[in-house]
Amino acid sequence: MTPVSGNRPLLQVEDLRVEIRGRRGTLVAVDGISFEIGEGEVLGVVGESGAGKSLTGAAVIGLLEPPCRIAGGAIRFAGDRIDDLPYEKLRRIRGRHIGMVFQDPLTSLNPLYTVGRQLTETILTHGDLSEKAARRRAIELLQEVGIPAAERRIDQYPHEFSGGMRQRVVIALALCANPRLIVADEPTTALDVSIQAQIIGLLKRLCREHGAAVMLITHDMGVIAETADRVAVMYAGRIVEVGPVAEVVRRPRHPYTVGLMGSIPLVGHDVERLTQIEGAMPRLDAIPPGCAFNPRCPHAFVRCRQERPLLEPVELTEAACWLYGEGERQRG
Amino acid sequence: MVERQVAEGQTALVEADDLSKLFDVSPPLLNRLLQGKPRALLTAVDHVSFSIPRGTTFSLVGESGCGKSTVARLVVGLHRPSGGRILFEGTDMAAVRGRGAVARLRKRLQMIFQDPYASLNPRWRVADIVAEPIRAHRLLEGRRAVAARVAELLEQVGLAPSDGGKFPHEFSGGQRQRISIARALASNPEFLVCDEPTSALDVSVQAQILNLMKRLQRDLGLTYLFISHDLAVVYHISDFVGVMYLGRLVEWGEARALFRHPQHPYTRMLLDAIPDLEMTGRPRTPVAGEVPSPIAPPPGCHFHPRCPFASDRCRREAPRALATAAGAVSCHAVEEGRLPPVERSLQRAKS
Repeated sequence: MTPVSGNRPLLQVEDLRVEIRGRRGTLVAVDGISFEIGEGEVLGVVGESGAGKSLTGAAVIGLLEPPCRIAGGAIRFAGDRIDDLPYEKLRRIRGRHIGMVFQDPLTSLNPLYTVGRQLTETILTHGDLSEKAARRRAIELLQEVGIPAAERRIDQYPHEFSGGMRQRVVIALALCANPRLIVADEPTTALDVSIQAQIIGLLKRLCREHGAAVMLITHDMGVIAETADRVAVMYAGRIVEVGPVAEVVRRPRHPYTVGLMGSIPLVGHDVERLTQIEGAMPRLDAIPPGCAFNPRCPHAFVRCRQERPLLEPVELTEAACWLYGEGERQRG
Repeated sequence: MVERQVAEGQTALVEADDLSKLFDVSPPLLNRLLQGKPRALLTAVDHVSFSIPRGTTFSLVGESGCGKSTVARLVVGLHRPSGGRILFEGTDMAAVRGRGAVARLRKRLQMIFQDPYASLNPRWRVADIVAEPIRAHRLLEGRRAVAARVAELLEQVGLAPSDGGKFPHEFSGGQRQRISIARALASNPEFLVCDEPTSALDVSVQAQILNLMKRLQRDLGLTYLFISHDLAVVYHISDFVGVMYLGRLVEWGEARALFRHPQHPYTRMLLDAIPDLEMTGRPRTPVAGEVPSPIAPPPGCHFHPRCPFASDRCRREAPRALATAAGAVSCHAVEEGRLPPVERSLQRAKS
């Protein structure tokens, strides 16, 4: 895969496979996906519920919990493998270099500690600042994420903040150690539109200023279009299309992406009927052979039902679809 | 009060006339007595008036806590209004007395809820869920007739008649919402109140449900009150749109006109906050501030602390509704002509 511009890839995921072990057998939730994120790049990962996007994010930061586990592939951070590290080593890398922002700010914050204590604790763990300097840094961070009267609010508890302000605190927390990569899983989903716009603007500004790379996981194509440089579209545990955002949004190639884009209502877009993808995403225990999208695909033909397509370049993007390419099986 | 003129030749099926709802959010009695805490009232709906012509969709949009869901609950009778009236075909719903008359009215309006996981009884089979309104209102006699009607309803919403034997947990979110719609249609209603019916669904499933709702409206002549926070969904489904902020209807009008010429600064802000999916790079004013607590809303116009056009008058005096070309707006700046006009170049359809 080719990262945009000459950026050295910061994160490389190769052939990642995540399995869920259950009483009735093993389910494959993420099935052989590969992608890269360059230094300072924002990669959007978009998909509907059950597409495996959140599990991919959890695998990258080493937060998969049983019964989920990484069953194959490799994750490299700045060139070094991190998926097979012992817990303590991984914890250190994660704390120092990878920040996390989750959907629900209330569960990411400890309700019993003041915001300031949570921030300074993180700063002290991963840096060598004095307690006083850490507090100053915490106030700076709160100011940076747009919390008014930060000197006063630093001593308040999470419940004293509104939803949007809490998400700002979580972002400040993720920035504490100046991470090189931020994994944000649905960071704006629980927020109202006007707050969502503010948080998107904030994330964009911070990436620019800190030069951090972001893996932005969301179901909202609008958020991706606003924020990301490249986007990976996931379906049934696989990446079906990946490419520059403008290209994927304006000229989607994979029939699933085409359907997904058409199903989004737009202000100013007068249609009587939205494009409809018939049926629903398959359950993990019933993923069809060949291309996972074939039963719902209007263009499916024999080969789609037999052989799984791999990502192939289609002009500026890559799509995993037998409609494109010579159909030559290429790999690696 | 502004005259609620609807398009000619159409009669209003449902009207809200000066509707208000207050909730008592006082601390418990002992805290009031011992700690001297005062009573507290929350004005969830503050003198809201609108009318919905028969066969059309009226949507209420706004952010969390603006009172849109409370309006929905008032309209179907799940809450009793603190003030004002709800008129159904011109008759005040509160004035309808007697069990028979109330039941006759009730079966003509139904509700679809946001969460298709919470609104279906997990212990009932789908056929029984859908048949409940038929049995409750004694619309049909005999098991065969009820079963036939249930099968017809399931087909109407895109499910198989054999799905009636299954339990709700066997269905996905989108299919459950179809079951909710089938249940709502079971009593042959004319009016459906839909409270965020697609907010819990994925976009591709949302498209299926929105298409279904539009088809049913066309086929059955339904009238919708649609509650949503998603402006793009509202634009797609609505004929008329009302924008609510902290319990007040700040602007309403014909949907296309309202989105093209938004008057109220809050409407403009909401429209600017939509992520720009088509990446047109249109200029936007940055959104600022948050919705204040509805327990202690700001005096005057509730929006003034976030409004770039606020004046002293806005801080003192609540604006009154002012008729516009296609609806009404409550804003001093509009009234005084202080507001720069906005013509939003709505993006053209995608190629």
